[in-house]
This record gives sequence, C-alpha cells and structure tokens, in this order.
Amino acid sequence: MNSIEKVFAGGKAFIPFITAGDPSIDITEQLVYQMAGAGADLIELGIPFSDPIAEGPVIQAADNRALNGGFTADTLFSMMLRIRKSCQVPIACMTYVNPVFAYGAEKFMMNCREAGIDAMIVPDLPFEEKNELLPICKKYGITLISMIAPTSGERIRKIASEAEGFIYCVSSMGVTGVRQNLGSNVEQMVRTVKEVKNIPCAIGFGISTPEQAANMSAFADGVIVGSAIVKIVEQYGSGCIPHVTEYVRKMKRAITR
Amino acid sequence: MEKGRFGIHGGQYIPETLMNAVIELEEAYNHYKNDPEFVSELNELLKNYAGRPSLLYYAGKMTKDLGGAKIYLKREDLNHTGSHKINNVLGQVLLAKRMGKTRVIAETGAGQHGVATATAAALMGLECEIFMGKEDTERQALNVFRMKLLGAKVHPVTSGTQTLKDAVNETMREWTQRVEDTHYVLGSVMGPHPFPTIVRDFQSVIGREVKQQVKEMEGKLPDAVLACVGGGSNAMGMFYDFIEDTSVRLIGCEAAGRGVDTDKTAATMATGKIGIFHGMKSYFCQDGYGQIAPVYSISAGLDYPGVGPEHANLRDTGRAEYVPVTDDEAVEAFEYLSRTEGIIPAIESAHAVAYAKKIAPTLGKDKVLVICLSGRGDKDVAAIARYRGVQIYE
Ligand SMILES: Cc1ncc(COP(=O)(O)O)c(C=O)c1O
Repeated sequence: MNSIEKVFAGGKAFIPFITAGDPSIDITEQLVYQMAGAGADLIELGIPFSDPIAEGPVIQAADNRALNGGFTADTLFSMMLRIRKSCQVPIACMTYVNPVFAYGAEKFMMNCREAGIDAMIVPDLPFEEKNELLPICKKYGITLISMIAPTSGERIRKIASEAEGFIYCVSSMGVTGVRQNLGSNVEQMVRTVKEVKNIPCAIGFGISTPEQAANMSAFADGVIVGSAIVKIVEQYGSGCIPHVTEYVRKMKRAITR
Repeated sequence: MEKGRFGIHGGQYIPETLMNAVIELEEAYNHYKNDPEFVSELNELLKNYAGRPSLLYYAGKMTKDLGGAKIYLKREDLNHTGSHKINNVLGQVLLAKRMGKTRVIAETGAGQHGVATATAAALMGLECEIFMGKEDTERQALNVFRMKLLGAKVHPVTSGTQTLKDAVNETMREWTQRVEDTHYVLGSVMGPHPFPTIVRDFQSVIGREVKQQVKEMEGKLPDAVLACVGGGSNAMGMFYDFIEDTSVRLIGCEAAGRGVDTDKTAATMATGKIGIFHGMKSYFCQDGYGQIAPVYSISAGLDYPGVGPEHANLRDTGRAEYVPVTDDEAVEAFEYLSRTEGIIPAIESAHAVAYAKKIAPTLGKDKVLVICLSGRGDKDVAAIARYRGVQIYE
C-alpha cells in the first residue's frame, strides 16, 4: 500500500486544501503541521498559477497573494524538505500543467520525490492528455490523480479503470467555490466508479459545512474542502492558524462516526 | 495524445468538466461540415449577410509610393460588422444552433469578435453573453455599446491583467458552469481541439478567395501574403490554402508593443517559450516558472500571450515567418494607409500594413504582396487620437 492508499484505509478521509504561500510560506508550513494534528488525512497544497481557470474568485485571489509574495515551485520544494523532517502527513500538490511543463516535468517530479510529495492533481490535464505527465510521475513514484465531473457520463468508466490512488470527484459544475447546493448526481458518479474499480473516491468543489461533509461521506471515501478554508486564511491572514485548525477538527469530526 | 495536433502543438488541455462538450462539438462539426444543407446555409449567409466574397483591392498609390512589389489588400474590413471575425462566427453560431444550443458565450479583445458573435446571435435568435477585459472595455468603448445594442450582455472581466487572456479565462469558467445549453464561440485559432481546426476552416475562405482573385488579376500565385497575428485566425485563414504552395511566403505580424527587448510586448513568437495553456500546447509569453506573463500592445486584439497551435507548428517547420511590429510602426501605418489609400485599417491590421511597408521596397516590381486587412479602424480612431495626444469623445 502506498502513502495515498493508506489515507483511506483508516476510515473516511478529510482533505483540506490551501494555496501554498498564502499569506506566506511560514504560515503555510505551520498550517500543514496544525492541520495534520487536527485530523487531516491528506493535505492538498495548491501551487499558485497566474491563470487558474478551474478556480473561483476565492482561490484566484489566494494564488495572486502567493505569487505577489514571490512564491515559486522551488519555495514549495524547500518548505517540503523542512516539513518532512518532522511530519509525514501525505501531501498532494494541485497545480496547472504549465507550471510543471515550464519547470521541466522530469525535474519537477524528481524534486517532488525528494521533497516527499506523494501525489499530483492537475485539473487541466484530462484523461486524453495524461501521458504528458503520467510516465514521468510513474518513474518518480508520484501518484497522478484522476478527476471526474458531473458531465463525465460514460467517461467515468475508462477514467476509473486506469486511475490510481484515489479519484477526485468534482461535485458540481463550474469552478471551485463555496456552494449551498452540491450537484445531485455525485452519489451515482461514485457508484459508477466502484462498478469498475475498487478505488477510493473523494468529493471536492463546493463543500464547506460539516453537514455537507457528513452527507457526502455517507457514500464517498473522503471529502476535499478548499475555498472554505482559503476564505478563513484570507479573513485572518497570519492569524489564521487557530481558526483553520479548529475548522479542520470540526470537519473531521463530522465525517467520523 | 494524437487529437488535434499540429506537430507537437495543440491538444485538449482542459478540465474534465468540458471534455464531453468538446467531444460533442467535434462530432457535430465533422457531421455538419459535410452536410449539404448546412454548407449551403452558411454560404448563403456569407454571401448575402456578410457580403462575401470580399474585395481584393489593388493599392496602386501605396505600390507607387513604396516603389517595389505590387500591393493588394484583402478587404475583410468590408465584411458586415467590420472584420474577418464574422466568417468564423456565422459558422460556429449556425453549428451551435444545429447542436440545439440556445445560448452562446464568447471572449473578446478589441470587441470585434464580441460584436460579430452578438450579431450572429441576434440574427439566429440565441442568447448571448460576452466577456471582455475591463481595460479593453475602456479602450474599445464603442464596441461595448455596439454589443449591447445587438442585445448581448457584456461582462467586464476584472481578474488578472483585465485584457484578452483574462477574458478567455472567464469565458472558460463560465462554460464549465453552464455547458448543457451553451456553446463557447471561441474567436481565434486557439484553445482546445477542435477549436483551432474549426476556426481555421471557417476562416480559410480568406485565402481561398485570395488565390482565385490573384490568379484572375495577375495570372499567378502571390509571392507573399501577410496578416497580423493575435491568436492567429485571420492569418491562418489567409495562409491555409497557400501552405502547399511553397513559393508563397507566409508572413505573420505580431504585436511587439514598445519593443521585443522590453517587457511591454505581446510578441509571442519572438519572446515566448513552449507551454500549455488555454487548452493547447503552443508558444506563450511566460516566466521560468510557467506563470503567464502580462503582455502589452496598443492593439487590444493582439494583446494576447499565446498563439494558435497551427502557427506554432508552421514556425517550427519554417513554413511561415513571424515578425514583430511595434506600436509606433503600427500607428504610423494606420495613418499612412488612411492618407494614402483612403482606407482606415483596424490597428490590428495596421501591424501587417507596417511590415508590408518595410519589405515592399526591397522586392521587385514583378512581385505581388497581399495584405489581409482584417478589420476597419473606426473602433480605433479615439485611441489613436489619444496616442497622438488629442482627447476626443467617442
Ligand atoms: C480586426 C482584427 N484583426 C485581427 C485580430 C486578431 O485576431 P486573430 O489573430 O485571431 O486574427 C482581431 C482581434 O480582435 C481583430 O479585431
């Protein structure tokens, strides 16, 4: 079992997302320790991109703050090296394909491995284009996460059959952001995946409340929360750590029964 | 990996949410492009609504003044709505309608693509929403009002650099939000497959007509064809039918802004590197970490950090040349053509005029150059006045 598979072995997984470097690299490092301590099973770190087309306004603004602070992929790698001295929480990096491509995919994945990054999530790399990164990810033992969406329909089967680690199920149409109502066919999406392959499914996009998390975890293996946390970071800035930690604890409790 | 590739460029780098939409679009396009009813309806619209074929005008005074190659202007500025954009839009909106879509969305830079989309949507009875960088809504204010007159809703985009790239981002985000009833009318030969192919096919009427017209007037092929390159649709339309005719030089003129050695430039071929963005692998202006660079040009329609994938491949293979043209050179050409031929070109098209001015005198009098005059300059008059320090109210 690799580190990603282990995430789901002990029950429902809570997966918080933060944008690395927002509001600063030091706060990001502290957030990783504190969220891990509060029950995060896997942490998704966004590598900021100038033009994040799958992101709503909240995460777009976080990316801007991080980039304005001078954050780069190299900042992330050196932070991860520090983190790995004391903290082994599994880490998935979310970014767009261009930052990886421009850095040099080979060098990027080699650095990921050295820095102890377990997985990559790349929303603008669909099934048809995954060979852009997949062979290199495999070479360095980085799990490339597959995504499915409410519009995927029959595509779910072929995506699932080749997926590894877990499947990121996009709950709703549109971009990231807090939503009152989540898409109605997520449960069916998860069911379709499970018909094809016994692989964990984590649901993301739109989830913010403990009730939503509890509802989703009734049929999913994990929930991913991004914008709701990034909003707390935005609101409290460098004072965000206790607020985020408390939120993570609350959400983890909601999905643990 | 193989789909929609031009050499190593192209592809479909988009979120999963949009994948079925582009697959559905490709299937519909492959079906309708060979459907006699669709083809004849489109041709009818191109002829009787857009005013095709567009004229090929011999620019006698310019030719004489420059003292070299014979210069012809392909008058896309005379099309209904004032630019080449209508060629693509009539095709795509007709296709959207056949696909059962009831709403179209589009990005726009200079506003010409937005105006064309709003026009076609009005004609065919579809709802229309246009995304335009806030900065562009200010420098192309006239076109914003035109779109509204045509019944479209215009969303000023305030993210990022508030120009064309950000308008594309926002339109893509809108499409992921609502894809079922909505077609994204992409305005250039860019984005994920099948857009670069569809837009090129609908624009290729330009080069096809030019070939015919030059043959009638000169009894041969032109020696060079020139077009400005933003995303590259008028250039691709101009080049496509000449790709196999290797004696014809294909020259794309991109916006250098204040110069390719400054950071105030939009010259992707001159300053960009290979990357993957807006659904395609191609050349992009970016930093070493793959962050897309803020670009600049006086021309809102060329103010884009990327270029269509087929152009990227034409450059890699050496079949086409791409040259940078500065703001100053374009404005000078804008004024020159107005004065010399009585034709006010779009500031975008003026980039191609400027380069033709440079090379025509170096070529023999037996040579034939064709410039794609992609649009008319009415929309730019106020901005050019400001450039010259004159404040006029639009
Ligand atoms: C008149 C005109 N020419 C050229 C362009 C650039 O687009 P493309 O490179 O796709 O032809 C525009 C875009 O707005 C335009 O309005």
